[in-house]
Amino acid sequence: MNDSKIPAWANMIVLPLLNILFAFAFAAIIFIAVDVNPIEAAKVMINGSLGYQEGIGYTLYYATNFIFTGLAVAVAFSAGLFNIGGEGQAYIGGLGVGLACLGLDHVLPFWAILPITMFASLLFGAAWAFIPAYLQAYRGSHIVITTIMFNFIASSLMVYLMVNVLKLDGQMAPVSRIFESNAVMPMFHEIAGWFGLSFSQSPMNLSFIIALFCCVLVWILLWRTRWGYAIRAMGASPSAAEYGGINHKRLIIIVMLISGALSGMLSLNEVQGYSQQLKLDFVAGYGFTGIAVCLIGRNHPVGIILASVLFGILYQGGAELSFDFPNIDREMIQVVQGLVVLFSGALSFMLVKPAERLFVYLDEKKQSRITSAAET
Amino acid sequence: MFESLILILDATLRVSAPLILAALAGLFSERSGIVNIALEGKILAGAFAAAATAAATGSVWLGLLAAMATAIALSMLHGFACITHRGDQIVSGVAINMLAAGLTVTLGRYWFGLGGQTPALSENARFSSITLPGADALAEVPVIGLLYSELISGHNILVYLALLMVPICWWIIFKTRFGLRLRAAGENPHAVDTAGISVAWLRYRALICAGILTGLAGAYLSTAHSAGFVPNMSAGKGYIALAALIFGKWKPVPVLFGCLLFGFLDAIAIRLQGAELPIVGEIPVQAIEVLPYILTVLLLAGFIGRAVGPKAVGVPYIKSR
Repeated sequence: MNDSKIPAWANMIVLPLLNILFAFAFAAIIFIAVDVNPIEAAKVMINGSLGYQEGIGYTLYYATNFIFTGLAVAVAFSAGLFNIGGEGQAYIGGLGVGLACLGLDHVLPFWAILPITMFASLLFGAAWAFIPAYLQAYRGSHIVITTIMFNFIASSLMVYLMVNVLKLDGQMAPVSRIFESNAVMPMFHEIAGWFGLSFSQSPMNLSFIIALFCCVLVWILLWRTRWGYAIRAMGASPSAAEYGGINHKRLIIIVMLISGALSGMLSLNEVQGYSQQLKLDFVAGYGFTGIAVCLIGRNHPVGIILASVLFGILYQGGAELSFDFPNIDREMIQVVQGLVVLFSGALSFMLVKPAERLFVYLDEKKQSRITSAAET
Repeated sequence: MFESLILILDATLRVSAPLILAALAGLFSERSGIVNIALEGKILAGAFAAAATAAATGSVWLGLLAAMATAIALSMLHGFACITHRGDQIVSGVAINMLAAGLTVTLGRYWFGLGGQTPALSENARFSSITLPGADALAEVPVIGLLYSELISGHNILVYLALLMVPICWWIIFKTRFGLRLRAAGENPHAVDTAGISVAWLRYRALICAGILTGLAGAYLSTAHSAGFVPNMSAGKGYIALAALIFGKWKPVPVLFGCLLFGFLDAIAIRLQGAELPIVGEIPVQAIEVLPYILTVLLLAGFIGRAVGPKAVGVPYIKSR
């Protein structure tokens, strides 16, 4: 693909936006098909997600999840690896966070628990990514298939642990006890209170800040370190990277450990912040949404933040939507998400050819104008 | 003992049928060079189309046609993205799975107002079980009677069709000119192109075959196995089929055995729920449920045999290089 025919600004900004517009246009058609006015629906969604403080809090709470999983997919993508196992890695990361909280919340204060839960989420998430990474690097098994399998294995493992080990005695629902308040992430409205500001109550919490911090770290890693250079070189051309002396087997493992660790950190928000207990299926597809976020964000931390907020708006707005329109529920968001993955991901080359033709045509016109001006 | 074994095998056949159909669908598309993690979404969409059409028209056959048409349409979308526009086959598959999961519930809720379910289908809007000739007469005969009347007879037509599809697919893929070219497109598309055959058209046709088979698998779930569609009723069967495809090393007969093995594990898991076994005690259901995935990972890792897929699978074909 020769990108040089298209100016960088068009390639980086205009084409991705056009792809999203296509996705939204198709989503609008589906809205119309189920008798919902798409403009009304968009109004409700934007009002519900950005119109008041609680809505904004929820939007950013969702965005926190997407930043973690989006970054996880992006780091692996930069190395040319498709980590589709964010679901399972986040699930097991949650197990780590949950165990740390359940074990320590009677003993330690929050400032001592936080580093431990962070480490637990990193460690458990990375551990779950390690086996697929090892098998890809040293045994040549395809990472997409193994990570899919590991999602299912994680799910079975968690069902077993929750039902047989962690469930409270005499309770039907497979949930652990609720963590003591000193293990729980400070909520954003509490943090605002420390600075004398007021913010409506919402599940947005300290992990949003941690997520933003991770964005900076990933940016530094990918664009400012030798490892990052090696990762991107491997993503661009594995054979060239190998020839250039990069040990790609070791790098595959490092990249997948980072990716798994980032996925695992989702549970800081979801388990330690939101549900404040261990329960089943708390990942709820956020790992897969990370793929969409990464595709829209074009593998770049800034893009991922913007895309995460966009998906936060969709999730929070989608929840509001189901109150106002009986024909719609949260599943509609999955349709929008699917369309976004389709147009921004699978069909991302669709507009490249026409755009190239357009710019070549404009170039020729400019050239002929210059030559005709020179002749006269 | 013998009776419960027959009952487990009987359940195995019922659980395996959609796996066999879906795995054969995957066989067609992966042999032609297209990774198909969209099997799950196509089964789900097929199941919804079958149940919705059967509920609206009362005809199970129209439902079957609708299921195949829907799955083919999704297959064509898959092809449009990753054959025509050379998009990433895995990303495209993920998109189709998301679309299927969302659209089935959204449209179902709009059309039927039951929270995404379709109305329960009456007996004649479903595939009912067929009693083979002589099954009732033989039922009393020891051993053979039970074998024939329980295990072989008494399934619906789609189970027999699924089993029949194995030799048919084997014949198409390994004994016809189309099959040879299809396999070549998955191994070395440049050679196919050099012979003057369109790689794109071959892969599209392979995806049409995959669409037909996943449509059958979907229709089986909603109009034969159960009586109507419930949200996310495919419940990972597409991925298990994918695992069986790898487990069977992309060959029809081993794939059949892979599906039967995974179906058998599923049937046992249901049977053993809460049961105390001698020596080992109670086996957690999850430990059996998770076996297909672990076995597949072990196989992929080369610890139990070696699974090597078609060489060009997952790589978009670019003519000029």
